[in-house]
Amino acid sequence: MRSTSALLLSAAAVVLAGTMPASAAWQPQKPIEFVATAGPGGGTDNLARAVQNIITKYKLTEQPIVVVNKGGGSGAEGYVYGKVSAGDPYKVIFGTSNAWQQPLVSKVAFNYTDLTPIAAMAQDEFLLWVKQDAPYKTAGDYLKAAASSEFKMGGAQSKDTDEVLTRMIEKTGHVKLTYIPFKSGAEAAVQLAGGHIDSHVNNPSESLGQWRGGTQRPLCAFSPKRLPQGPKITATEGWSDVPTCVEQGLDIKQYEQPRTVWLPGKVTPDQAAFYVDLMKKVQATPEWKDYIEKTSQVDTFLTGGDFDKFIKEDLEHLKQVASEQGWLIK
Amino acid sequence: MDNLQELLHGFTIAVTVPHLVLMVIGVLLGILVGVLPGLGAPNGVSLLLPLTFGMQPVSAIILLSSMYWGALFGGSVTSILFNIPGEPSSVATTFDGYPMARDGRPTTALATAFGSAAFGALVGVILITFLASWVAQVALAFGPPEYFAVYFLAFASFVGMGGAAPIKTVVALAIGFAIAAIGIDTVSGSVRLTMGVDELVKGVSFVVAVMGLFGIGELLVAVEEEVHARAVSSKIDWGEVFRAVARLPRHGVALLRSAAIGCWMGITPGGPTAASFMSYGIARRFSRRGRHFGTGEVEGIISPETADHAAGTSALLPMLSLGIPGSATAAVMMGGLMIWGLNPGPMLFVDQKDFVWGLIASMYVGNIVAVALVLLTVPVFAALMRIPFVIIAPLIVIICVVGAYSVSNSYLDVVMMLGFGIVGYLFKKLFYPLAPLVLAIVIGDKAEDAFRQSMLMSKGSLGIFFANRLVTCLVVAGIALLLLPLVLQLTRIWRKPTSPAHETTSQEKVII
Repeated sequence: MRSTSALLLSAAAVVLAGTMPASAAWQPQKPIEFVATAGPGGGTDNLARAVQNIITKYKLTEQPIVVVNKGGGSGAEGYVYGKVSAGDPYKVIFGTSNAWQQPLVSKVAFNYTDLTPIAAMAQDEFLLWVKQDAPYKTAGDYLKAAASSEFKMGGAQSKDTDEVLTRMIEKTGHVKLTYIPFKSGAEAAVQLAGGHIDSHVNNPSESLGQWRGGTQRPLCAFSPKRLPQGPKITATEGWSDVPTCVEQGLDIKQYEQPRTVWLPGKVTPDQAAFYVDLMKKVQATPEWKDYIEKTSQVDTFLTGGDFDKFIKEDLEHLKQVASEQGWLIK
Repeated sequence: MDNLQELLHGFTIAVTVPHLVLMVIGVLLGILVGVLPGLGAPNGVSLLLPLTFGMQPVSAIILLSSMYWGALFGGSVTSILFNIPGEPSSVATTFDGYPMARDGRPTTALATAFGSAAFGALVGVILITFLASWVAQVALAFGPPEYFAVYFLAFASFVGMGGAAPIKTVVALAIGFAIAAIGIDTVSGSVRLTMGVDELVKGVSFVVAVMGLFGIGELLVAVEEEVHARAVSSKIDWGEVFRAVARLPRHGVALLRSAAIGCWMGITPGGPTAASFMSYGIARRFSRRGRHFGTGEVEGIISPETADHAAGTSALLPMLSLGIPGSATAAVMMGGLMIWGLNPGPMLFVDQKDFVWGLIASMYVGNIVAVALVLLTVPVFAALMRIPFVIIAPLIVIICVVGAYSVSNSYLDVVMMLGFGIVGYLFKKLFYPLAPLVLAIVIGDKAEDAFRQSMLMSKGSLGIFFANRLVTCLVVAGIALLLLPLVLQLTRIWRKPTSPAHETTSQEKVII
């Protein structure tokens, strides 16, 4: 993972180097609005505020930046806002993969093609979590136990990333899980701590405190390689000690959620290039590294063709799961 | 008493000159955002958040939590003076606070509200200090069925309360539930009731609904009746501030009962809004002067305010110990915690003792600072009531329009707010109660989510609501509260038939 993202980074840098002169052509002339497609305190909101903070600190642009939250309708509010602001280069939308996933499964009034993609800036990993005192030690044990009794899997929202992954586990592990949607991953984590559900598939940052506090533990990570070495979370273990799911016989090689940045549709290439360049500069700061480490995400930077390719592949995959589940809207 | 020692250590962190200065700044800013409608504590705290990134975590949380206390107090000011609740949890304060203020006693109403709020907050902090570990366990016992049972209890304690005709209460509730259902549904992920308006996907904001229902609705009634067209003559009376606070101990029972309800709802994550409504409903049932509630009763102010602040304060505990934010503001602060490099959760109490106990100590000090500052401002705010109606009425309209627009910079919100104003007016003219409507808008969707999550878990069996002792107790208590008025009425009818004339007067009196 690390080497690929490094490769992508250098590729992106080359692309950027080509657009540098163009980006100098356009500079913002008035305050910029960062639209977080989530409520205050969530992962997307944290990203928008971290970026705002870095830009302000290093004076990467002369113009002030305001963060507004438009998290209504699982983020649809913010994307619709981006859609109706077509041509306005002073609105930057921060979201996740639900920019292209949501239009596929619910009747929302936008599609990702209404927006101008800028970049995918970080990848959040997914893990399979169980209660601390659960009898199973590996994903294999978990699947065996799930085969004989019907397990309850909690997650954030319905037909969103968590439920897609749940359905993938059902399919690859030949089990049946009852998916219970909650408002957020944090809520699911608390429900697992109280023993009301059997498992969830939270991102690392969503359950870090719970793991450290000894109420739940990760069985495996949905990642091709083990997560990067970081400081120990519990007395004995850190993220890199969590086995991959493939190692344990749950054959889902990779499942990640990118944090994405968009401009409204119909902006000029110059304007888009300015923001690609801006995000690139943000990513080079030590504060960014710090943010990535604290939130246990994977640093990545996809833009231009790479970003498009990523979206297309993810969409293909989602379409497959969604049509199997009968989620596709006509 | 390990906790006591930790607390004393916490005080050495909280009571330092820079931290006291931060508290005063935070409280003053908080009062400001609380009084300005449409801003509110969550927005205020998120605006301030970027400024705290460079600070020590404990200083940062002291600043933010002081702002929260200030905003909670400030929110009550507009509820009482203009019938515009700034936060969902101060809706119940309008029921008696506003009539009392209109009656020429704004100073008494404000001082009573602040005094009882401070008492509630104090009880909440004491609870956190001594029962931190136990409290954390209680919250864990709450799964979807238990959540639903708590919401059910809140509805039941309010619906069974009497006052308006029961059928009208049910109608108001049903409309509220329908409004709460607008937008994306958590359980199915599909879009509901947007009627082709794309923007409605975000749902109906509470602020928009309440500003219209209360602020504009009340204004329309006032314009028609012309009763309020005179300014309220209120003297600037410092003495009354202290007399009102000194009278509080007379209502000891109401204070303690409301604080208990507040703490319970704060820990079991029912939240301050459900707490204040429930406390008001129960006070009305059990108070000797319950029949006069809605006309400016002191206990009608004490009950919701005490419960609101007790719940608001004790709700910070689940945030710290479990990472469940009890309110929108707590959610923003939790985001802050993560950015400062702290992870909320059980280990915070072990790893970050200075932070946790510094915060808890600052809750004692911060609340004292807040109540002192707000009590000082009471006469100033009360003086606002002396402005003639012809001047204040357009101001209220402007405040409501700006407030509704600033929720999410949306023109649609302004239109909806005005629409809600007409609904509020009609409700008042037809003696439909507004409180159940608001309660359903605020916690209706949460109750629905909890119910459907429970049904998913039990595969559609209602038995899940009687599956363990906790949930059974909650559900049975809810049903009992719901049936109580019916039983009382039946026994009354059975003993002696009530005169219809009496019925109508009591009905007209209670138009909240």
